[in-house]
Amino acid sequence: MNLLLFTVLTLCGLGILAAVILYFVANKFKVYEDPRIDEVEQMLPLANCGGCGFAGCRNFAESLVNNENIDDLFCPVGGGGMMKDIAGFLGKAAAEKEPQIAVVRCNGSCANRPKTNVYDGVDSCAVMASLYGGETGCTFGCLMKGDCAVSCDFDALYLDPETGLPVVDQEKCVACGACVKACPKNIIELRKRGPKERRVYVSCVNHDKGAVARKACKVACIACGKCAKICPFEAITVENNLAYIDFNKCKLCRKCVPECPTGAIWAVNFPTPKPKPESAPEEKTTEKEVKNETVVS
Amino acid sequence: MLKTFRLGGIHPSDNKLSRTNAIEECGLPETVAIPLSQHIGAPAVACVKKGDKVLTGQIIATAAGFVSSNIHSSVSGTVVSVDNLPDEGGVRRPTVTIKVEGDEWMENIDRTDKIIKECNLGRKEILEKITAGGIVGMGGATFPTHVKLSIPPDKKADCLIINGVECEPYLTSDHRVMLERSEEFLVGVRILMKAIDVQKAYIGIEFNKRDAIDHLSDLTENTHDIDIVPLKVRYPQGGEKQLIDAIIKRQVSSGALPISVGAVVQNVSTTLAVYEAVQKNKPLIERVVTVTGKNVPVPANLMTRIGTPVSFIIDRCGGVAEDTGKIVNGGPMMGRAVANLDAGVTKGTSGILIFSEKESVRPVASICIKCAKCVSVCPMGLEPYLLYKLSVRNMLAETEENKVFDCIECGCCSYTCPAALPLLDRIRLSKAEVMRIIRERNLAKKV
Amino acid sequence: MNKKFIISPSPHIHGHDTTSKLMRDVLIALIPAFAVSVVVFGVTSIVITAVAVAACILFEYLIQKFLIKGPGTICNLSAVLTGVLLAFNMPPHIPLWIVIVGALVAIGIGKMSFGGLGTNPFNPALVGRVFLLISFPGQMTDYPSPSPDAMSGATPLAFVKESLKSGKGISEIMPDLVSYQDMIIGFKGGSIGEIAAAALILGFIFLLWRKVITWHIPVVIVITMALFSGILNLADPERYINPLFHILNGGTLLGAIYMATDYVTSPMVKKAMVIYAIGIGLITILIRVFGAYPEGMSFAILIMNAIVPLLNKYIKPKRFGEVVKK
Repeated sequence: MNLLLFTVLTLCGLGILAAVILYFVANKFKVYEDPRIDEVEQMLPLANCGGCGFAGCRNFAESLVNNENIDDLFCPVGGGGMMKDIAGFLGKAAAEKEPQIAVVRCNGSCANRPKTNVYDGVDSCAVMASLYGGETGCTFGCLMKGDCAVSCDFDALYLDPETGLPVVDQEKCVACGACVKACPKNIIELRKRGPKERRVYVSCVNHDKGAVARKACKVACIACGKCAKICPFEAITVENNLAYIDFNKCKLCRKCVPECPTGAIWAVNFPTPKPKPESAPEEKTTEKEVKNETVVS
Repeated sequence: MLKTFRLGGIHPSDNKLSRTNAIEECGLPETVAIPLSQHIGAPAVACVKKGDKVLTGQIIATAAGFVSSNIHSSVSGTVVSVDNLPDEGGVRRPTVTIKVEGDEWMENIDRTDKIIKECNLGRKEILEKITAGGIVGMGGATFPTHVKLSIPPDKKADCLIINGVECEPYLTSDHRVMLERSEEFLVGVRILMKAIDVQKAYIGIEFNKRDAIDHLSDLTENTHDIDIVPLKVRYPQGGEKQLIDAIIKRQVSSGALPISVGAVVQNVSTTLAVYEAVQKNKPLIERVVTVTGKNVPVPANLMTRIGTPVSFIIDRCGGVAEDTGKIVNGGPMMGRAVANLDAGVTKGTSGILIFSEKESVRPVASICIKCAKCVSVCPMGLEPYLLYKLSVRNMLAETEENKVFDCIECGCCSYTCPAALPLLDRIRLSKAEVMRIIRERNLAKKV
Repeated sequence: MNKKFIISPSPHIHGHDTTSKLMRDVLIALIPAFAVSVVVFGVTSIVITAVAVAACILFEYLIQKFLIKGPGTICNLSAVLTGVLLAFNMPPHIPLWIVIVGALVAIGIGKMSFGGLGTNPFNPALVGRVFLLISFPGQMTDYPSPSPDAMSGATPLAFVKESLKSGKGISEIMPDLVSYQDMIIGFKGGSIGEIAAAALILGFIFLLWRKVITWHIPVVIVITMALFSGILNLADPERYINPLFHILNGGTLLGAIYMATDYVTSPMVKKAMVIYAIGIGLITILIRVFGAYPEGMSFAILIMNAIVPLLNKYIKPKRFGEVVKK
């Protein structure tokens, strides 16, 4: 009995001693932290994707709490609504930002872009890009090894087994921008989601001259400039042999879409467009760029 | 005991199929495509335009800065275009295309066979001639030679090392140069010694080129300034740091240049080019290219004009066999696979290697069993298995801690890996990334 | 030209070494030891080895297929090697069901629970053996002697340990021990694979010639054991038996040459290999001389296996350029 009592007492004594020491140590090394950081962190999506430019949600929350002006801080995952809530909680003004989505600007599927060689190495776009131009004649297009899909924390990107190209799942994409960074060819761009997910963009990043680009890929932008001419809002610029649609200026009128001779301009999520058979050939004969068309077809 | 470097190394079967084939003229193609960036450093700036008539040896692009190099026309004819054309990898780079019309050389170039042994020029004049001749390191790294020879004032070289190792399997271009152009080559060695003001030169030659060792030893028998050093056959002995270690037993520390241990290393072909530039006013417009492979009917060593399309050279040697799988520019360990056969030979092309389909396919990778073979063969004392693992996970800070920047990309690790892991593929990528970060950091420090 | 060439990063040639080739070489190196065991113990060693190998392959296949569902790794012969090494660590009259349990533990717990080949921290065959040694001490230490005139029922190590415990001095028991010749050619009690020192060394030479392993680990283990037991022997020759006895008996050579050098569970860098080997040598002698078990090799290897990740992390190879200028 004595032994039992002694054992219990010793252990209790040790426990109390340790508790006392811990108490003082904890007090001594206490670091003051704004309790709001924890609360803001809880309001964030906690995906730790890095889309905001910080290492994790906690760093982002700290920055939100500590900065007076949070205009430059934005969490693409939570979106404008969440940012407003947080800003309201902190008594600051939130930056307004349109919701965005990742857009893959290449349509060079195996059918559109014939292969000229076979790559035999690690399945990594980055390794491939550091080695050479790619498996096709187009040195700008998608390498089809899926670095973007690997980089996506939200499962929103996958490679289409048929075309070999990445496809963005618009439900899942939060526009964190990880794929934009992962793509060595800078094919993926964050664009405005647009009303009812409707978007118009040039699905090509080839800077080669028209004939060269067209030879390498059937659906390349040949920089004919027709789209830029027809655009009533000056949203389209052709620079360095490539057309680009500024999503802030584009009003989604879709006049450029039938204009493109290679079908490089994409309009997504619109109701099926009415076929306009009479307008297309008419344009062709009047425009100079018809040369490019005939060369290849 | 033959000398060799101290750490790591492998011994792939050397397959020097073209070792007995004398150097032949490759002949002139219809057009040549001369890239303006055939060296490390800034691309040269074109000084001709479409339609210009050029002579063989005429300058067509001037060096853009100190670390850059002049580029000369390797043929005479008309400039067809100055444009971005796909290089061997399909990436577009500025290139001058010239249509060949006859073969008319610049008048100041001495085209006689006479060997001019005497060189009365001073250091400065020699360097000027080398700079003007657009000479770059022809072993593959293509570092401008005049930069290498311009020793910073606070450093002093005490010996010149000539790299006649040719440790890459298959390649024989340097071997043939040492055998057939030995006298000119030795004059080139003495010019280089004068240029960096040293009294001693070592010519390192691997023991599988015994004829070259004997021949050069005979020629230098009565002199004391040039030593022929036979070396054990071991890859990557031709690596600059490995060669210095093998010959003079000094190790260049991480991030330092060979001059920090008092050595300057030059390649055999470069030495010959230096001779021609200094003594004959002939710029670097042609080089010996080994065309080889088990599939090539007649392996050959061809004196080829810079810019000659790869396809022309292959056709000259009997064309591409049906089951050809891969064409490599350079040696099998460090060469680059060619995607575009229309691209021209550059100053760094030491060989065109043709592999059959069977030889080209990589073995299927399995899992690392930690056999430590990569660690034991790494000539830089790195741990490739670890760097690979860290690279796959993109842990750049850790790869930097483990000295990924010391990697010389020799490929010993990938070669030896029993699991056939693509070690170097990944390591190379993270090395490039870490080097970029280090450069940015240094820039930020300076500002 | 319409031909599509292959593009891949350098190097464009490979040394043609493969995992299965390495495993095959180790298996070849084990043939002499196996042959001796067949001569000494008869068909039973063939049966045990066959059962162990078959069980290991089967368990690996089943776990791979139904639990891990990854790509198969049977073809690389590593399960075969585990089976052979496990069998070599069994006494010749072991019931076969114990061998199968051992194989399950070796493959299931020792290897596959960590993710399969390449990821296991401990040598699977030894995990199996130690598990059996602790669970079935009776069966696992029941060594029949090959020749009737030598001591029976125990290995020389166990015999010495027992005798010392009962108060006899070394000089007293020396005449009763097997001769050194028998230790070298294998006429003594012991596990299937450990008895013939000469056969194991023959295999070692083969492995060195094929460059499958380097000399560091085996040689350093043996030297450490010799030094440590030699010092003890000099201090008190009556209580501590001579080094040669330690080296030729028990699992010393089998462990040092074939188990301590297992790629997955040994260090990557030469310097670390030496430290690892010294550790094994010391712990083995400690257990043999001062511990409860007569044999300590398997425990020593497993203990040192545990610190291998630490050695790999902190001991870096000699980098180029760090060598002092001459």
